[in-house]
Amino acid sequence: MNLREAKEIVKAEILWGDELLEREIRTACGADLLSDVLAFTKDKTLLLTGLTNVQVVKTAEISDMAAIVFVRGKYPATELVELAKERQVPLLVTSLSMFESCGRLHAAGLRGSGGEEL
Amino acid sequence: MEQPALAMEFHLTAGDFNGAGDASGKIKRTLQQVGVKAEVIRRIAISAYEAEMNVIIHSLGGDIRAKVYPDRTEIEVKDSGPGIADVDQAMQEGYSTAPDHIREMGFGAGMGLPNMSRCADRFSIESKVGEGTTLRIIINH
Repeated sequence: MNLREAKEIVKAEILWGDELLEREIRTACGADLLSDVLAFTKDKTLLLTGLTNVQVVKTAEISDMAAIVFVRGKYPATELVELAKERQVPLLVTSLSMFESCGRLHAAGLRGSGGEEL
Repeated sequence: MEQPALAMEFHLTAGDFNGAGDASGKIKRTLQQVGVKAEVIRRIAISAYEAEMNVIIHSLGGDIRAKVYPDRTEIEVKDSGPGIADVDQAMQEGYSTAPDHIREMGFGAGMGLPNMSRCADRFSIESKVGEGTTLRIIINH
């Protein structure tokens, strides 16, 4: 799946990253715990989160994530958007909840990145 | 003594949550420029970031040094206290002494040290209460 398809599935708005919509997404992770994101994700992951502090962007950059989706209509501060532009991390906002966003993406074939396929 | 091809050093200020992650980001971008494999850089960057967060959250301040050799990267993180009383306990997944405001940021879940150890090919931690903690992380290229 690419970022454009994921954006349609969760009916998201793009805050930044129009030119990066062809970016590949291999897995997804829904988390408000950045420690877990760092410990259990792979590269090219789509991060869905309710957190809007700048560490979300830094975590995404450090772990080679494809993009960040802020769930339940949370908009980050300008400072975060500026940092994301600098670090080339696309930002999306959906009004859907975390559960609903993850559910729709999973139904569309996207899978988790933490070895859930037991 | 073997000289590193590249060496970087950054000071980490206790409580500087806004600047947390900047040193690891710089280390990561530098490694990308010298052509280290993406998967290896990712492990180096994650360990450095976790170590950096720990110093900023728990210590009185410290320094992070990265030495890049042709076959490996070595990260050394040294802080000036307060030190870890029980290192074995600190190494357990889920054990954390982080305060609530750190948890609200999405950190402090007790995954940092175990995660660093998992990313590393060699990992060591030395700590003395009242003096400080030194971490050494070696990741082969």
